[in-house]
This record gives sequence, structure tokens and C-alpha cells, in this order.
Amino acid sequence: MNIEAVKSIYFFEMARTRRTLLQSVVSPVISTSLYFIVFGAAVGSRIQQIEGVSYGAFITPGLIMLTLLTQCIGNGSFGIYFPKFTGTIYELLSSPVSMTEIVLGYVGAAATKGMMIGLIILATASFFVNVSIAHPFVMLLFFVLTAVTFSLFGFIIGIWAKDFEQLNLIPMLVIPPLVFLGGSFYSVNMLPPFWQAVSHFNPVLYLISGFRWSFFEIADVTPWISFTIIVGFLGVLMALLTWIFRTGYRLRN
Amino acid sequence: MPPIVSVSHLVKTYASGFQALKDVSLDIEEGEILALLGPNGAGKTTLISIICGIVNPSGGTVTVGGHDVVRNFRETRSMIGLVPQELTTDQFETVWNTVSFSRGLHGKKPNPAHIEKVLKDLSLWDKKDNMLRQLSGGMKRRVLIAKALSHEPRVLFLDEPTAGVDVNLRKDMWEVVKRLRENGVTIILTTHYIEEAEEIADRVGVINGGRILLIEEKDELMKKLGRKQLRIELAEPLAALPEALSGYRLTLEDEGHGLIYDYDITGERTGITTLLTALAEAGIRLKDLSTRQSSLEDIFVELVGARA
Repeated sequence: MNIEAVKSIYFFEMARTRRTLLQSVVSPVISTSLYFIVFGAAVGSRIQQIEGVSYGAFITPGLIMLTLLTQCIGNGSFGIYFPKFTGTIYELLSSPVSMTEIVLGYVGAAATKGMMIGLIILATASFFVNVSIAHPFVMLLFFVLTAVTFSLFGFIIGIWAKDFEQLNLIPMLVIPPLVFLGGSFYSVNMLPPFWQAVSHFNPVLYLISGFRWSFFEIADVTPWISFTIIVGFLGVLMALLTWIFRTGYRLRN
Repeated sequence: MPPIVSVSHLVKTYASGFQALKDVSLDIEEGEILALLGPNGAGKTTLISIICGIVNPSGGTVTVGGHDVVRNFRETRSMIGLVPQELTTDQFETVWNTVSFSRGLHGKKPNPAHIEKVLKDLSLWDKKDNMLRQLSGGMKRRVLIAKALSHEPRVLFLDEPTAGVDVNLRKDMWEVVKRLRENGVTIILTTHYIEEAEEIADRVGVINGGRILLIEEKDELMKKLGRKQLRIELAEPLAALPEALSGYRLTLEDEGHGLIYDYDITGERTGITTLLTALAEAGIRLKDLSTRQSSLEDIFVELVGARA
């Protein structure tokens, strides 16, 4: 294991975060505050409670997930796409690093950054509402697992993408609808039966549901199913990554 | 001593179907400077990319220091430094960070003293805290060289290192190359500038259309393929070659004012003495004499032209 290389990639990526601190940290704080004002104050004043939890608190896990997913995919994909775009990838490919080490460095940094911002969102949320966490360890488990899985997903998108349009396609066009329709701002049980059934095909529903359970012990599906779904997705991504490394897909062809 | 780099029956076909390398075999000795010459698209960069691990080969094998570049990539890539052709840099990084990053990627512990030495050797020391986007093209080229030397490689690949580079940098670069060679580093460079190969290389390889056309000691090559020409300027122009001179390889030029005599420097006799005697006997008066040896460029153009 080339530990020096993993460290180099990880800290190189984290340094990028430091340089773009304003964009990385301030902008999620502002957008979260906006969500709380619009949904929490305006909509929340009419809904007040969902399954015994105040509306503002209810949407907090969904908001954290929304940010975690977009940030992790964004960071994971950009980290590996940028060297491809500028051409500096030559150095990575001609270095004595295995693909596992490359993934550890990039995905580790992307997940770290995503989790940092997730925690900032949690801190911001606690200014607006009273957030209690019923199962902190389960919450951390879902948090870390989601961050790693979606950073890995981002990494694969970064390898696949041939231009900036493809790079942004999934984070911009696919993830927001999935998160919004996955019960970030409502309980799926509030939907008519047909849309409830449709919602169960949305993988993000399971993430949000499990994550929310760790806060309030209320869930649209049992936490075990949520856990299984995310581990399953991680497994699929690992298999895909193994194939990419074996064939040199879009890297060494 | 076994070769430091050994390429055997290497083939590369890209996904588009383009065959960049067709059965290339080549040995590179430790400590030598090898210049690879070839026109654009000849396969130079593909060959280097496979040795360095950037591109997967379609067939054949490459070993560096006795290790296979695919199976034992850690060993081989640790030994290699690569300066790519394109000026690819992370614009927003500082010189110091990007060079230190390269060292880390190669699994070496941080060594600020070595990085400092490399930067000073390449006159980059006062720029160490500058962002790369603030640097000129020539300075960026220096940074790429510094990155390649950051991990103390045994083999250095320079892919067209002097393309778009000013005279000063070129001189600095050859100084660095000479110093590296004195320390036993093997250097492989590709170039369009044949004078460069002529000046600096120990051996010259010519590659075209994905094949190595030849690879030879530079001096041998010049001797073997080098032809010499004797140009004789005449006092009075000749309308045609006299009968008495028909036995020599002579051509008239410049409307009869000049005679060109081709001869082989490797031959036992050049035939110059008898030619001059014959000229005198034919009553031809000479105004001036000059000789010209074919350069590596002539050899190259001839080779690539003949076999393309």
C-alpha cells in the first residue's frame, strides 16, 4: 500500500476545499437557511407536525441528505474529472499507485468534505429548530455510509463523463428530483396510495427514511431495509469500479 | 549489464481501430541518452505512455529494471520520471505544492531539501509560492521537469521537451540533462529538433508509422548513412560532362558552373585524388572546392521518406 500517495491525494483535495471555503461552506449554510425560512416558517406554520415531530425538525434529516448527496457526488466527480480535463491525470496514471489507493484518496476527501458540510447543516438547523437525535450511532452509520457511497458514485461519474455537461447531468438533473420526491419535506404516508407505491421505487426514499429514523424513530420503511438498500448500492458501485479498473475504461484506453 | 528498459513486440491498437504501434522492440541501456525521432503521429508518445503506464498495451511486453510494467507497476513506475509533451498543470496550485505532490504520489516521504535543490537547479526557487497560472509557458515547462525529478527517478522520459521553449531554457535543460546523466540517470527524449539529438544523444532511434525504422549509435549512424559531397566550382561553365569524366558519380549544377561529386566516407578510397587529376587532364580549371556532410536531418528525411 502506497500510503504516501493516498495521503498526498487526500490532502491535495482537501487543500482545494480550503481555497474555495466561501463557496464550499457559506453557500450551503445560506441555502439551508432559505429552506428553513420557506419550508419551516411558511409551510410549517400550516402543517405544524408530522407524526408527532415539528415540521421544521422533520425536514432536517432530509435537508442534510440533500446536501450530503449533492456535495459528495459533486466533489467525488469533480476530483477525478478535473485532472482528466486539464490533462494532469497523466501523473496519476504514471505513478506507482493502485486504483484502490486513488479511490481512497479522492473518495476519502470527497466524503470528508461532504460530511463536514452535512454537520454544518445540522448545526445551522439547530439554530432554527430543536433537533434531537434518538440513535446517534445509527445516525453516524447512515451518515458515513451515505457519504462514502455517493462519493464513490460521484467518482464513477467523473471517470465516465467526457465533458462538463455529462459531469453535471446526474448531480443536477437526477439527484434533486429523487431527493425532493424521496420524502425530504413530507412523509410518504401523506401521499395517495398510487404515489406511495411509485415512491418506493425511489432509492433515495430509503436513505432519507433510515436517516430520519435515527433522529425521531419515525420512518416510511423499516431502517433495516434502508440499511440493506444503501449497502446493496455500495456493492453495485464497487463491482462497477472493479470492472472499470480491470478494463482501464476511459482512463488507460 | 541488462537493459534498463526492454520493449518486446509491443503492439497498440486504440479503440478507434488506429494501430499506433506495430511490433516495436527496443532495448535501452542504463545511463544512456536515447533520442527518438519521428514525425507527428509516428507513435513516439504512445510508446512512452505504455512504458510509463498511462496506456495499456494491446500486445507485447515492456520491462523496466527487469520488472514488467503491467504486473509490477509499482516497481517500474517508482523508477520513472515523465515530462509530458503538453503543458498540463493544475493552474490553481503553487509550484511548491505541485512538486511536493508528485513526490508523494511516487510513495516517497517528504524531503524539502531535495525539492529545494530541484527547484534551484531549474531556476524556479523564487517562484516556489507562485500559482502555476501566473507562470509563463517556459516556467511551466520547468515545473513539469521539477515534478518528474521530485522522486529521484532512474529513468527520465522527456516528450518533446523543447517544443515552444526559448533558448535560455533549452540551455538550462540540457545542463540538467547532462548533470542527470553524470549521476547515472537514463534519459529518453523525443524531439523534432534533429540538431538536439545530434548534440546530446548517445543513440538515435527513428520511428515512423508505428515501427522502429532503425536504432543506432549516433556516431555510427552518421558514419554509415552519412554521405559526403564535394562541390567543385568551375572557372568556366561546362555545357555537358566531358567523356573522360563519365566514370565518376558526377552531376552538373548551377548551369554548368558547379560539379557535385558524391562519395562514401566509409569507403577505402574516396576517389577524390583521381577525380582531381582527371579534371586537370581534361583541362578544366577550378575556382573553389567545398565539402558537405549530410546531417542527421538528411538521414531522417531520407529514411522516413523512403519507407513511409
